[in-house]
Amino acid sequence: MAEINLKRVDEIIEGYKGEEGVLIQLLLDIQNEFNWISPEAIARISEQMRIPKSQIYRIASFYKAMSLKPVGRHIIHVCMGTACQVRGAPKILDRIEENLKIKEGETTSDMRFSLKRVNCLGCCAMGPVILVDGTYHGKITSAMVESILGQYE
Amino acid sequence: MPRIRSKADLKALRKTIVGHRDLNKPYITLCSGTACHATGSDVVAAAIQEELEKQGLTEEVGVRRTGCHGFCERGPIIIIYPEEICYLNVTPEDVPEIIEKTIKEKQIIDRLLYLDSETGERKVHEQDIPFYKYQTRLVFSGNLWVDPTNIEDYIALGGYRALAKVLNEMTPEEVLEEVKRANLRGRGGGGFPAGWKWESTRDAAGEPKYVIVNCDEGDPGAYMDRSIMEGNPHRVIEGLAIVAYAIGSHHGFFYVRQEYPLAVNNLAIALEQAKEYGFLGADILGSGFEFDVIVHRGAGAFVSGESSALMNAIEGKVGEPRPKYIHTSESGVWDKPSNLNNVETYAIVPLIFEKGAEWFCSIGTEGSKGTKIFSLVGEVNNTGLVEVPMGTTLRDIIYKIGGGIRSGKRFKGVQTGGPSGGIIPEQYLDSPVDFDELTKLGSMMGSGGMIVMDENTCIVDLARYFVDFLCEESCGKCVPCREGLRRMREILEGIVAGKGKEGDIAMLEEIGAVMKKASLCALGTTAANPALSTIRYFRDEYEAHIKDKRCPALVCKALISYYIEPEKCTACLLCSKNCPEDAIDGGKKMIHVIDQSKCIKCGICYDVCPSKAGAVIKISGTPVPAPIPEAKRKIARGKGKGERRV
Repeated sequence: MAEINLKRVDEIIEGYKGEEGVLIQLLLDIQNEFNWISPEAIARISEQMRIPKSQIYRIASFYKAMSLKPVGRHIIHVCMGTACQVRGAPKILDRIEENLKIKEGETTSDMRFSLKRVNCLGCCAMGPVILVDGTYHGKITSAMVESILGQYE
Repeated sequence: MPRIRSKADLKALRKTIVGHRDLNKPYITLCSGTACHATGSDVVAAAIQEELEKQGLTEEVGVRRTGCHGFCERGPIIIIYPEEICYLNVTPEDVPEIIEKTIKEKQIIDRLLYLDSETGERKVHEQDIPFYKYQTRLVFSGNLWVDPTNIEDYIALGGYRALAKVLNEMTPEEVLEEVKRANLRGRGGGGFPAGWKWESTRDAAGEPKYVIVNCDEGDPGAYMDRSIMEGNPHRVIEGLAIVAYAIGSHHGFFYVRQEYPLAVNNLAIALEQAKEYGFLGADILGSGFEFDVIVHRGAGAFVSGESSALMNAIEGKVGEPRPKYIHTSESGVWDKPSNLNNVETYAIVPLIFEKGAEWFCSIGTEGSKGTKIFSLVGEVNNTGLVEVPMGTTLRDIIYKIGGGIRSGKRFKGVQTGGPSGGIIPEQYLDSPVDFDELTKLGSMMGSGGMIVMDENTCIVDLARYFVDFLCEESCGKCVPCREGLRRMREILEGIVAGKGKEGDIAMLEEIGAVMKKASLCALGTTAANPALSTIRYFRDEYEAHIKDKRCPALVCKALISYYIEPEKCTACLLCSKNCPEDAIDGGKKMIHVIDQSKCIKCGICYDVCPSKAGAVIKISGTPVPAPIPEAKRKIARGKGKGERRV
């Protein structure tokens, strides 16, 4: 399980203290730092910012960029934008799901991969495209899925 | 850098910047928008740097990383000045040759130029490439020249002149009048006249007033706002400052999706520089006008692009829409008068004040003035961002600029207006594109997404896709949208799964009609469009799915089967080796056969079957032929005579 360094959480909180309407920005920073927002981090924010936990969960569960579950070592984003959709993205997503034996939104039990779908990566010329960690794999077919995933340990 | 305190200061600074620039110095500009980043512009940039250092040319040759050039299909794009030679699809391996031949010896490398497939001609200059030739790039033009992290590039092109003129020579009322005369309509989707919108915020009671840039561009397949934001952020800042002055606002917000890290980054740099040079902050350009902005990162919720929802998000709350009878122009952020427009709208504003309302009105149609940037994507040859005058026909955009349909397939429809837009079929290809015409066709302008579909796109499945998208993105606050979308999704999922029944189409129409009337915000009132517009134009496809259990486009998994045509199979083993389920009985010199009971319809066999054989086909609506008898499967090869079946 991805550990959350609470000292770092405190540092991030420190940057926002005394400001109004900053909860979303604060949670985004936590998300970007740790790739997820743990119950411990939420407790910390609640305590220090004097915001009820329920309100933090409401925000964190509403916005797509925030995850309340830990994620794997590699994050796969499958672009499901309309351009990729018409070029066969659903087949790619199916193939990855079948290959990893998880559904979209889940993480493999060995914490190797988390699988997410995104609404558009905005590089439609490359579609269908998937983004693994920071690398774009474009114009892919279902037959290429296995070898792409094999590049990530 | 000292602050610029007057119009004269700005003029003098521009003169100095331009004077210091040697127009004969070789310059390499490299497109570095997100799309080109994805195709490798970072490694090309590194290769250029390395090669210049190796050759000791870092002083003699300038390098500029610009924003998006729009021709994403062929990125990364390099333009070499002063000759303006345009190279496409550049890889790091090409770089040494470019430096050696083009920079040092002034020779053109043919292979990297655009090849016109019709005439066989190579095009040296960007403006001669058909993709660019038929465009009118006004808003987007700066992207070709400007390094977004260098404010002086923008100033050199005349940047902030419009702001100086407005602040020094015009009253806020005159600014509003000019925009009204230009008949500028918001580019974010609704097409509401901007001048009137700003006036109502100006006239509303309450202080302070807020101005907001909506860069929460959420429509899948649309990325023009991102490209402006990444490539030319100062233009948006200048436009925003002009609008703020007209409204009497001293506080602005940029709401940028955090999925756009490059836009967030370039904007932050641009804001710093704008403050440093005195285009933001106190007493801007000596006018006494004060204006500051804050960047708010959006956390990914489609509905938060709706204006009142976005304002909730700025306050740090859940981004759900507010009831529409309260106008945000009177009560928006923190219940104060607030004006919101999208990126493209603000980016147009400086142009209007530079060139005048008459000039702006001379471009476009009766009801829609100026140009519009479209994101032309999908099954089209030239994917990219396209800026054309309002009123250009769909055919010109898709065929002249877009180069037609990929792989010579047949055009089926074009989806405009994002998920809540509609799909326009072939018979309307000659319709001029503007706000009113698209609405008449049952679609809308939206933010400018244009997704082209060919014969292999299943319209019913696409409607399901949009409804599913909207279902996920609906905030759930009002019943017609929340429940209507779910029931629609159920029905559409049933149809594509082969479980469609009589009455489904009528039910979709009925639900859609209610959603249109009774939903709270624009997401809900337009959410039925994808289903309604496809029923309007492609009813026969719905009926084929429901009555004949057939998917005419051969897409819907439940309604198709994969089959290997025995007479075409060359027994190459590719499909059987790649089949993840071992569902293909292969064997050397044996015609391959798919075991239908094992097949999961992943389509890999179809993808890997060599195109010259083309033996794997998709079947829908008719039963799969019985497998070829074992005895007839053997293929004998005669010497030098190719194949022979026994």
